[in-house]
Amino acid sequence: MLTKETIYSKDASNKKLKVEREFDAPIEQVWKAWTQPELLDQWWAPKPWKANTKSMDFREGGRWFYYMEGPDGTRHYCKVDYKTIVPNQSFSGFDGFCDEHGETNTELPGMGWKCVFTAVDATTRVEVEVTFASEEDLNKIVEMGFKEGFAAAHANLDELLAKK
Amino acid sequence: MRRDVFQAIADPTRRAILSLLALQAMTPNALADHFDSSRQAISKHIRILTECQLITQQQTGREIYYYFNSKKLKEVDKWLEQFRAMWDTRFTQLDTLLKTIKNKKS
Repeated sequence: MLTKETIYSKDASNKKLKVEREFDAPIEQVWKAWTQPELLDQWWAPKPWKANTKSMDFREGGRWFYYMEGPDGTRHYCKVDYKTIVPNQSFSGFDGFCDEHGETNTELPGMGWKCVFTAVDATTRVEVEVTFASEEDLNKIVEMGFKEGFAAAHANLDELLAKK
Repeated sequence: MRRDVFQAIADPTRRAILSLLALQAMTPNALADHFDSSRQAISKHIRILTECQLITQQQTGREIYYYFNSKKLKEVDKWLEQFRAMWDTRFTQLDTLLKTIKNKKS
């Protein structure tokens, strides 16, 4: 299978990260993969981590509550509060860390998310924009990433940055 | 307060200082001449850049020269690399999933 190229860019203020990628499937299918919990659980966490949905209420004002589980059983709880949803086009929300009850972890900064889906012939382009409230927040996330070290790149980082 | 590279390059003036120093080592006065900001403001930026080791200083005669430390800036790349690695993995997984869905239908 041909792997498509992913485009990464960062804005000058260091507050935004953008990821662009095309997927070889019609927009309805790609949309489902990004918005239905049973599908998200299958790809959202980079291996060897695994995403597990606790609850999903995909509507404006609703929430996706999930955790990422590592090979050693470590769990990181996360939640996404959906702000806007335009079916098969875009959704945005706010992503934050929390505890197993969904209580926000105020020590860790959250980040804004916007995902835009565009049909390109039979494929679908997805543009993801991650926005941090401030450079400080970005720094905090970055520092945490560094502390965990490179060996755990796929571990802590997905929890830190990656989580949607 | 702990300084890091990301904080340092978050500021446009500091990025401009780095660009200048990447071309040649300069004294604080020569640097300040390139900006409208006060010398005081520029020395504060220089201090931050020095604290996070993006620039180093060296005394030559009576003058202090600042040098750009490119090694330190590589940290930024490393971090972006991690971010990239994670998304690459994730997207490859999504490719596989989409393919599975497609095959099931046909």
